[in-house]
Amino acid sequence: MDITKLSAQVNMDDFIPATDEEKEYMVQMRPSSTFFKDSVKRLLKNKVATVCFFIIVIIALAAIFIPMFWPYSYDSMLGMTPGKPVDNSFKDLRPFEYGKSELKRIEAGESVVPHIFGTDSQGRDYFIRVVYGTRISLAVGFFASLIVLIIGMTIGSVAGYAGGAVDLVIMRIVDIIYSLPDMLMVILLSSVLKVVMEGALDGTVLAKIGSNIISLFIVFGVLYWVSMARLIRGQILSLREQEYVLAAEAAGAKGKWIILKHLIPNCFSVIIISTALQIPSAIFTESYLSFLGLGVNAPMPSLGSLASDALNGISSYPYRLIIPAIVISLIVLSLNLFGDGLRDAFDPKLDT
Amino acid sequence: MSENKNLVEIKHLKEYFNVNVGFFKSKPLKAVDDVSFTIKKGETLGLVGESGCGKTTVGRTILNLYKPTAGEIWYDGKLIKTKEDIHEFRKKATMVFQDPYSSLNPRMTVSDIIGEPLDVHNLCSSKAERRERILELMNYVGLNSEHASRYAHEFSGGQRQRIGIARALAVNPEFIVCDEPVSALDVSIQAQVINMFDELQDKLGLTYLFIAHDLLVVRHISDRIAVMYLGKMVELADAKEIYDNPLHPYSKSLISAVPIPDPKIARANKRIVLSGDIPSPLNAPSGCPFRTRCPYADEACAASMPELNEVSKDHFVACHHIEDVSRIKNKIVLN
Repeated sequence: MDITKLSAQVNMDDFIPATDEEKEYMVQMRPSSTFFKDSVKRLLKNKVATVCFFIIVIIALAAIFIPMFWPYSYDSMLGMTPGKPVDNSFKDLRPFEYGKSELKRIEAGESVVPHIFGTDSQGRDYFIRVVYGTRISLAVGFFASLIVLIIGMTIGSVAGYAGGAVDLVIMRIVDIIYSLPDMLMVILLSSVLKVVMEGALDGTVLAKIGSNIISLFIVFGVLYWVSMARLIRGQILSLREQEYVLAAEAAGAKGKWIILKHLIPNCFSVIIISTALQIPSAIFTESYLSFLGLGVNAPMPSLGSLASDALNGISSYPYRLIIPAIVISLIVLSLNLFGDGLRDAFDPKLDT
Repeated sequence: MSENKNLVEIKHLKEYFNVNVGFFKSKPLKAVDDVSFTIKKGETLGLVGESGCGKTTVGRTILNLYKPTAGEIWYDGKLIKTKEDIHEFRKKATMVFQDPYSSLNPRMTVSDIIGEPLDVHNLCSSKAERRERILELMNYVGLNSEHASRYAHEFSGGQRQRIGIARALAVNPEFIVCDEPVSALDVSIQAQVINMFDELQDKLGLTYLFIAHDLLVVRHISDRIAVMYLGKMVELADAKEIYDNPLHPYSKSLISAVPIPDPKIARANKRIVLSGDIPSPLNAPSGCPFRTRCPYADEACAASMPELNEVSKDHFVACHHIEDVSRIKNKIVLN
């Protein structure tokens, strides 16, 4: 076709249809991926969250495994050997100091594991007490949040989806529990459950955990699910008006399917962030109960009880307060930042 | 397919919602008030009317997404009443929704969205079969197979509506309620989607209830058209008949409002402009709902609701003054 140079006429030769090969070239194939895989990929891109995740994992692994091989134990008082006078040189050691008998062994050429954080006023190795306390605090925080999550999520989503009379009854129960002074309830329940469970636990696996911690879990299960239930109910109330819920109903889906497949995945971010915040709050609750003598049983440490014990010698041994305080802060901060990262990662709309 | 077989039969369907007015007082909102019609196998019934007249509610109530306040829904000669009926019914009747943005779960991949009805009804025995079926459905609606693992928000409006249509087709239905499936799309995409509906109907022998407020779209796709006003059906006729010879004063005004893409014809046609607004369905007027805006209204209209009478063959109108109205010819020429 002849085309004048100045004409605006289009050269039709530029517009030939693409061949199959060319079309194939334009198609960008992407391997199929699940929601979970995508989310993990997004999470790993977030450096802060990844670092926090590793901090939590390291702390958790240390809390689990160090007590297994460490030569000292959280409740053995060094310098106390049966049938011998008490060796007071083991009490209140500063970091990396040794008791008299240990110094003798070192002179004899033996290697002695150092007291990294020194010892406490009863001659117990402080490092292992901190590790053990972390173990207890993390376990309490994790399981208490899990209990709160399961109970709160189930009740909240049923109330939100069912609506009507079911919702009314459940939310009035929630209001009643809300109106109870929770501190008082925690103390009352803990002391009552302690007496009730004392004998019942003997000989079972649970006896090792201690009645106090179990009563703590029960207190959490009974009292603290309410805010989670309220939160999830609120989310589900707004989500169930979405057309995709109606579409699922039109497809013949039942309530359980809709809650599990549509409603709960869509309030995932709220669930994750509030669970991540629930763990530190559970750790705090555990520590004030320990302070009041209702938390862990006496020789067993938790980060909270270690901190409160340290108050007695705060002017001479400030590090005994600072160390558990730092560990608590590290756990809480890491969990919060990790929770933030999780929320972002589980929201596909934020994907770039 | 047999021409005269009724697939869906709606008898005196009523759907009232309770609306709270002040403390402890509630009032029924008559969204759909005594509507009866039938849909023949293989045809498309268009349902038109202005916003808030109950079109969507009719569609949803037919599928039992709202429990009907009164009335009966017959499907293929069977009354749909019990829970089991409804569950079975949902394997045969599905729905395409208006908003392609909120009708797809943002947490699910396209293959999970399309596969949901299959999972709910346990229609696929193996994962491979499920995948095969999903790819087949995506092929029907013109989506590429590599889209299967993506999320809905990665698609444009038209593609999302295709996903919604594929979901509706998943159970191999006979009847689909299309609830304004194209009104959220722009015009060029509307045409594609409408033509796709047409093709699917030919290929799969589907029956549609096509709800829309765009009259040109409805005319293009429908065999018959029903006009609704304030929860009641005012006119029902063949698509061509209702455009050439609308009898109800409301239909007349509605048809005259259709924009005509030819200025000469458009100028020749007189637009009938109604006075006033559509009354609130909470305080619907007595008798004929249209009487407050109708130029022919008199005492008879206030006294009783006119029946839907067959005026000529297959042309039903609900109006007391049908003779007066039909005498005045304002023929509207559509290109």
